[in-house]
Amino acid sequence: MICFRDLHKRFGEKHVLNGFSLEVPEGETTVIIGYSGSGKSVALKHVVGLLEPDHGEVEVDGHVVHDLPRAELMQLRGSVGFVFQFAALFDSMTVLENIALGLKHQGVSDREIEQRVRESLEVVDLDGAEQRFPAELSGGMRKRVGIARAIALRPRYLLYDEPTTGLDPVTSSVINALMVRTRERLGVTAIVVTHDMRSAYSVGDRIAMLFKGQVRQVGTVDQIQRTHDPIVRQFIEGQPDASGDPEVPEFEETIA
Amino acid sequence: MFDVLRSMRDMDVWVPRTVVQMRRLGVQSVPIALFIATFTGIVLALLSSYSFSGAVPLYFVGTLIGKTIMMELAPVLTGLALAGRIGANIAAELGTMRVTEQVDALETLAFNPLSFLVVPRVLAATVMVPLVVALAMAVGVTSGWITAISLLDLTTPEFLKGLRLFYEFKDIWFGLVKSASFGLGIAAIGSFKGLRTGGGAEGVGRATTEAVVISASMILVLDAFWAVILL
Ligand SMILES: Nc1ncnc2c1ncn2[C@@H]1O[C@H](COP(=O)(O)OP(=O)(O)O)[C@@H](O)[C@H]1O
Ligand SMILES: [Mg+2]
Repeated sequence: MICFRDLHKRFGEKHVLNGFSLEVPEGETTVIIGYSGSGKSVALKHVVGLLEPDHGEVEVDGHVVHDLPRAELMQLRGSVGFVFQFAALFDSMTVLENIALGLKHQGVSDREIEQRVRESLEVVDLDGAEQRFPAELSGGMRKRVGIARAIALRPRYLLYDEPTTGLDPVTSSVINALMVRTRERLGVTAIVVTHDMRSAYSVGDRIAMLFKGQVRQVGTVDQIQRTHDPIVRQFIEGQPDASGDPEVPEFEETIA
Repeated sequence: MFDVLRSMRDMDVWVPRTVVQMRRLGVQSVPIALFIATFTGIVLALLSSYSFSGAVPLYFVGTLIGKTIMMELAPVLTGLALAGRIGANIAAELGTMRVTEQVDALETLAFNPLSFLVVPRVLAATVMVPLVVALAMAVGVTSGWITAISLLDLTTPEFLKGLRLFYEFKDIWFGLVKSASFGLGIAAIGSFKGLRTGGGAEGVGRATTEAVVISASMILVLDAFWAVILL
């Protein structure tokens, strides 16, 4: 189980996470929604220790991530697959090398690597793309390779950062179906960060909204769809500034 | 610093990648270094004969070319050129990897970016820059010699006499030690700036510029440092 406890994170003057707490139950897919720049990616990166909290903690399987000795942190990272927003494929390597890299590092045998690469590419419907370079792939294909790279490690947890952002609706549906299939096949616990509500409804068991550094509301898909919270309503219905709240952060696309 | 030493333990990670970097950072820097050395040799031959203008025996042209090229010009001019080439290459590549989250991705795959990205580049530059400079020394002296016998009233035996006159083996290794320190510094600064990049394409541009400017200044400071320490 992954558990965020009173997480605080500040960059300079910007208090991005301000007491973020959330439990991610085993075997479920929890979706974190929120405006661009609200700190969703920042929260996700704490799970694998890419960022250290200023205060509070993230617990994975009962271990506090930022207290783990280096060797154990590496072990933890081996059991968590991270799918980056822009795929973050190594562009000097082929698709095959991208997927094989982490496996090789874990000491998996060559024969097993070959099989796992083929298997994970099959799951994402990209069989035969082994020898291509990331630059030759479309955005949707790159994301699928990113997913293949993560699942090849047979992780227990999968973290998806905006898996459908910037994709056309059809490709988005393909990715959504893929996330559902991955959970069913591998039985992983997943966190999906997104501001695409269609995706949130189709892959999520539970949805949590991150707002002003905290969880505004968390509930099942049903509960969220029937929410009376004005901030959450406004977000999921995509109304521009219906509440007249001037402090709703602007949509800003950030790569950070 | 301690992290870098610790990351050296992952031999299987950095050894093969060091070879790749040696080719990219070292071998591909040879043309620019030889270009610079050739012209430095020519100018130095003409300049010294002009300065001596009868007061000093002409064979001292050989002495001056040998000393200045081996001890100063080959290491520093090559170093400055490579601060541009290698420093910018490393900072831009690692900076791009940083802002596109490839560095994060490496970490989530349980790699240490220091052993995977930094150690190979720093080692490669530390080994290859002195080798490139050694070539530059040879080519610089050769081009000075050819200039001397074809444009000046100097014969090959006279040139060699001048070259040997005050020559010490120290001249060469002084130049090479300096060069190794330049290579190490260029790669370390480029890596540091690259990995610390923030803020998109603009950030990569900024990191690259800073890496080149700082490396170039570092070379001049280190150059003075070695002169004080070793001479
Ligand atoms: N490494 C960093 N350094 C400085 N600021 C950062 C960093 N990472 C994220 N931020 C800032 O934190 C805020 C939240 O970012 P992020 O988590 O990427 O938002 P999103 O919810 O869109 O994923 C943004 O304002 C961003 O500029
Ligand atoms: Mg984000």
